[in-house]
Amino acid sequence: MSYKMHVLVCGGTGCRASNSQEIIARLRESLEERHLDGEVQVIATGCFGFCEQGPIVKIMPDNTFYTRVTPGDTAEIINEHVVKGRKVERLLYKDPREDKSVSDSKHMGFYQKQLRVALRNCGFIDPENLEEYIARDGYAALAKCLGEMTPREVIDEIKRSGLRGRGGGGFPTGLKWEFAGKYRADQKYVVCNADEGDPGAFMDRSIMEGDPHSVIEAMAICGYSIGASKGLVYIRAEYPLAIQRLKIAIEQARACGLLGERILGSDFNFSIELRYGAGAFVCGEETALIHSMEGARGEPTMKPPFPAESGYLGRPTNVNNVETLANIPVIITKGAGWFNKIGTERSKGTKVFALAGKINNVGLIEVPMGTTLREVIYEIGGGIKNGKKFKAVQTGGPSGGCLTEKHLDVPIDFDNLLASGSMMGSGGMIVMDEDDCMVAVAKFYLEFTVEESCGKCTPCRVGNKRLHEILDKITRGEGEPADVDRLRNLGKVIKDTALCGLGQTSPNPVLSTLDNFPGEYAAHINERKCPAGRCKALLSYVIDPRLCIGCTLCTRACPAAAIVGNRKEPHAIDAAKCIKCGTCVEKCKFKAIFIR
Amino acid sequence: MEKIKTLADLKRIKENVQAKIELRERSERPGELVQVKVAMATCGIAAGSKETMNYFIDHLDKNGIRAVVTQTGCMGYCYAEPTVEISKPGKEPIVFGGVTPARAEEIIQRYLKNDELVEGIIPVNYRSV
Amino acid sequence: MNNTQSLPMESTIKLQIDRRDVAVAPGTSILEAARGAGIHVPSLCYMNLRDTCISNLPASCRICVVEVEGRRNLAPACSTRCEEGMKVTTTSARVMNAQKTVLELILSDHPTDCLICPKSGNCDLQEMAARLKIREVPFKGEQSSHVKESSPSIIRDMNKCIYCRRCEMMCNKVQTVGALAAVNRGFNATIAPAFERPLGESECTYCGQCVAVCPVGALTENDHTNRLLADLADPSKTVIVQTAPAVRAALGEEFGLPAGTSVTGRMVSALRALGFDKVFDTDFAADLTIMEEGSELLDRLARFLDGDKTVALPILTSCCPAWVNFFEHHFPDMLDIPSSARSPQQMFGAIAKNWWAREAGVKREDLVVVSIMPCLAKKYECARDEFKENGDPDVNYSLSTRELAGLIKRANVEFDSLPDGDFDRPMGESTGAGVIFGATGGVMEAALRTAHELYTGKKLENVNFESVRGLQGIKKATVDLDGFELKIGIAHGLGNARALLEEIREKRCEYHAIEIMACPGGCIGGGGQPLHHGDSARLKARARALYAEDAGKPSRKSHENPCIIKLYEEFLGKPLGEKAHHLLHTSYFNKGKAIQER
Repeated sequence: MSYKMHVLVCGGTGCRASNSQEIIARLRESLEERHLDGEVQVIATGCFGFCEQGPIVKIMPDNTFYTRVTPGDTAEIINEHVVKGRKVERLLYKDPREDKSVSDSKHMGFYQKQLRVALRNCGFIDPENLEEYIARDGYAALAKCLGEMTPREVIDEIKRSGLRGRGGGGFPTGLKWEFAGKYRADQKYVVCNADEGDPGAFMDRSIMEGDPHSVIEAMAICGYSIGASKGLVYIRAEYPLAIQRLKIAIEQARACGLLGERILGSDFNFSIELRYGAGAFVCGEETALIHSMEGARGEPTMKPPFPAESGYLGRPTNVNNVETLANIPVIITKGAGWFNKIGTERSKGTKVFALAGKINNVGLIEVPMGTTLREVIYEIGGGIKNGKKFKAVQTGGPSGGCLTEKHLDVPIDFDNLLASGSMMGSGGMIVMDEDDCMVAVAKFYLEFTVEESCGKCTPCRVGNKRLHEILDKITRGEGEPADVDRLRNLGKVIKDTALCGLGQTSPNPVLSTLDNFPGEYAAHINERKCPAGRCKALLSYVIDPRLCIGCTLCTRACPAAAIVGNRKEPHAIDAAKCIKCGTCVEKCKFKAIFIR
Repeated sequence: MEKIKTLADLKRIKENVQAKIELRERSERPGELVQVKVAMATCGIAAGSKETMNYFIDHLDKNGIRAVVTQTGCMGYCYAEPTVEISKPGKEPIVFGGVTPARAEEIIQRYLKNDELVEGIIPVNYRSV
Repeated sequence: MNNTQSLPMESTIKLQIDRRDVAVAPGTSILEAARGAGIHVPSLCYMNLRDTCISNLPASCRICVVEVEGRRNLAPACSTRCEEGMKVTTTSARVMNAQKTVLELILSDHPTDCLICPKSGNCDLQEMAARLKIREVPFKGEQSSHVKESSPSIIRDMNKCIYCRRCEMMCNKVQTVGALAAVNRGFNATIAPAFERPLGESECTYCGQCVAVCPVGALTENDHTNRLLADLADPSKTVIVQTAPAVRAALGEEFGLPAGTSVTGRMVSALRALGFDKVFDTDFAADLTIMEEGSELLDRLARFLDGDKTVALPILTSCCPAWVNFFEHHFPDMLDIPSSARSPQQMFGAIAKNWWAREAGVKREDLVVVSIMPCLAKKYECARDEFKENGDPDVNYSLSTRELAGLIKRANVEFDSLPDGDFDRPMGESTGAGVIFGATGGVMEAALRTAHELYTGKKLENVNFESVRGLQGIKKATVDLDGFELKIGIAHGLGNARALLEEIREKRCEYHAIEIMACPGGCIGGGGQPLHHGDSARLKARARALYAEDAGKPSRKSHENPCIIKLYEEFLGKPLGEKAHHLLHTSYFNKGKAIQER
């Protein structure tokens, strides 16, 4: 007998952290108690993307999307929704635009503009169940390749699709496969780059957690097309759930013959192993990744030779990112012609972004290339948090640039972002509002690249350090007018001379904020002021003697004993002692303390 | 799981497992499918709506009709329970009253398969979202 | 000016560099193509010792960047291959600004203590700063602060490191020692032994090849110049010196003489001018080494041919101290294979302190034995406990060729115009066999000359064994000893030594005798020699100088050295005899175990 109702519960890392496993257990318990476990199936899926509202529980077939569910809500969901057919109103998503609840995810702003290709199965199937993947046309693409297409035809199909690498470089995937296919060797390798390193980005993790077989299938297709019989997934050890799901999926595929020898009756053999990375950002660069897999120091080397010529253990190697691979099976089953209708002239298909920062709908989204930043931020993202004013959006991870109001209507694709002074990167998107200081933001990102630089080349090792030091100096109010030119020249030279993608892009946050927010730099340097009120060193706390009644609340709260004054007389702050923690402002009942 | 040695094996397995996610696939695109909403409040259940719903689920598939069967709360026609709202793609929803399994069969055969009108339509004064 | 280059026939790639047409062989880098065309492109990390297959191409310093038309970013000339139709600009404003900025960055994290830096005047970075006219470093900020570390041979001052990775390449790829590698990341990245332990607790063999390639003052020798000056100034002390064969072939380079100029006579005069009481020659001890090592070879061979299964063959030479350190670390299971003969430096020390001192009427405690060596491992070797008597080392300390050159310059000795001097007797008397110890294959050739005559009992007419000479990494040869086919192997560079040793361990190859020198080219390319600055032609010229000196010697066989004959008659008795065993032989230790226990 088939189930009448499916209850999908997000089993991604984010929702698991908010007890989704307990929710699943409690749902199952309640169903058993009511003897409904034969009629209603509870399925742990991958990420739904709407992490801001997690944990998510979605009930099918009526498409009811419950948000921020706690284990305590499960009884009500079963009693009301499952048994009586009444939606649990309070758990429905409230659309901030119209202030009404929406039960069907298709009607939510967050999902309306999305087109899920790479994420097609995430939040839809049970990632630990191969049958569900097969039911969704899984392994049909591999079967099609092995049964009906020559390796050359597979490569041509991918070339025709216009798919470009989603890991950051945007290199045409079909061309990459063609290069790797060209070289002759006793052994070739397909490497899946799952070393997702951009802070805040988690599309690759979500795909591996929510749809691991799509990655495996794509690697096998790539292996077939370039003549490789071995696949390696380089995955960071900090992704235990993704590792577990991949392991299960590899084992399932192996057990039923979708990996191994003579796959689907063909002559094609393919196996996959996992390699764990320690989470160094630079190991996302393919040559560094390969060195790390070889057991050597994870640092990049010059290209050429490209991995396609000499990669893992000196053999031809094709490295693709997880999201890129997740697109492959659909391109094969639906055809390049279907895929290349999506997107813009030179960027085909969709792109997954990790929306974060001062935005209402934080989460993972997938949109067609060519969607504008405005659509992403205001329609999908639901606009800026707390009704604040939009200031900038940083795309492309820590080494992307900060784009402003004037870029909001730029259709997002590889070339447009680059032309605007930023980049696609792996799809990080961090929104900033009027309270963010752009000098501090640039400094923050530099801190990351300084930390993550492998140190191999001079511009990145010393240059980024010096950039960071100059920015730090400016935020401390010690900047000098020459610093602006110094930052600009140094930033340009680093971009021009660094060895790998990390260094070649790391000055982007500095250069783009210099271009887009020159006034903020000038204010810090010339007026010793931080317009956004973020840079502590440039702030001073002052008590307005007209408003202060001398209640001593602030004196007692001040951890630095910086406030002096007699009871019932106006107090004053000793600037030399003040550590600018803001406690006094919070404590003052008379709004007598100001930040200047 | 069994070994998948050929393309035929893969196809067979897909056909066998298709049903497992069919419910989800259909509800992803309800506009293209027949939607059957069975009122399942206390009044409906008392009048036998559960049997009605089961009947629809089992027999729509048997008749080759791709449909989404969902339950809803009380529609306000307690006198006519079990009530069922049926929407065919591109058409206005119609609410049927007193839908027993026998009436359900009639609706399937006549309204859904042959597009004939059936007795017992309740004139509606609301729109469902 | 002639703008076209004369082209070898196989050239196939045509490109333009600074609007000049250049044609090069496929695979040539832009840097090599430019330099071949007489266009200077500055570089720091790049190094290519062509004839030895040693190259360093990390493309990491980014000083050599050039503009390649059509490329978004500047390209490092050292590791960008020439492509057909490429248009390269090496001196655009963009390139020069980038080079200057990159150099400023390097200097912003480099101490400015050039005045007291041992590398001053011989430093690639200093020269680059002068060339690019850096007068001020615009970037102020944090400085690297690594602990300066001193070992018997090498001093590491990583605050001066520019992260060119040459030392790491030498230590790992060429020498396969694995003592130095990159650790940490970003601004804190540096080169260090594992877990940043001291060199003395690492696998370091003190071969000094890292020092030989370091472009700056990060890796330098443990300098004993001032210690020597103090001893020379002390009237109560008798200070005698021995000089290794390879020193005379390279010392001249420090005084502007072309590589390969043999300066033996001038060196002796300079040493005398510096105030040494006696100027002796390590070549004398090299002849002595041949007596002992050659006899040991013949002894082992005789027992082997008699069917003795316990005899260890092949016999390996043991005169190179870095090589000794290497097998003590990496092949502790094979400690019975090397000859037990001490190195010439140590044989000299033992004879000087136990025989010459008595003959000359000098008390041991008043005698200071100094060695001038092309080597840094010798500094460590002479400090080993086995070579001390009641705490007094047979050789008190060792100076490198570079240190000697520095001292000669400091003492205002006009090296160029010095008359040729001659070594003092008896320990300055040597044969041609002793001289060629300084080049790879030389010890084996010297041993063959003696072994051949001792084994066959016949006079050897042609003493030149050409098959064992040259810079090939591993040489194999078979020598006919009157019907007995002696199989020999020769390796220079510890990587080659490792390959040869692994063959022996796995019994893939059969040898009777093997010579190993730790440094590329042998002692002529030692870690204490004048810096080759990436020019391998110097190594070849130095070897030629040694073979020429050998050819000019009246005697070219060690066993014909009259002072050696007399030494055995009057003092030692016979080779491998009891006294020889006590003074001229040693034993080896498992160093890996010693480190683990520590």
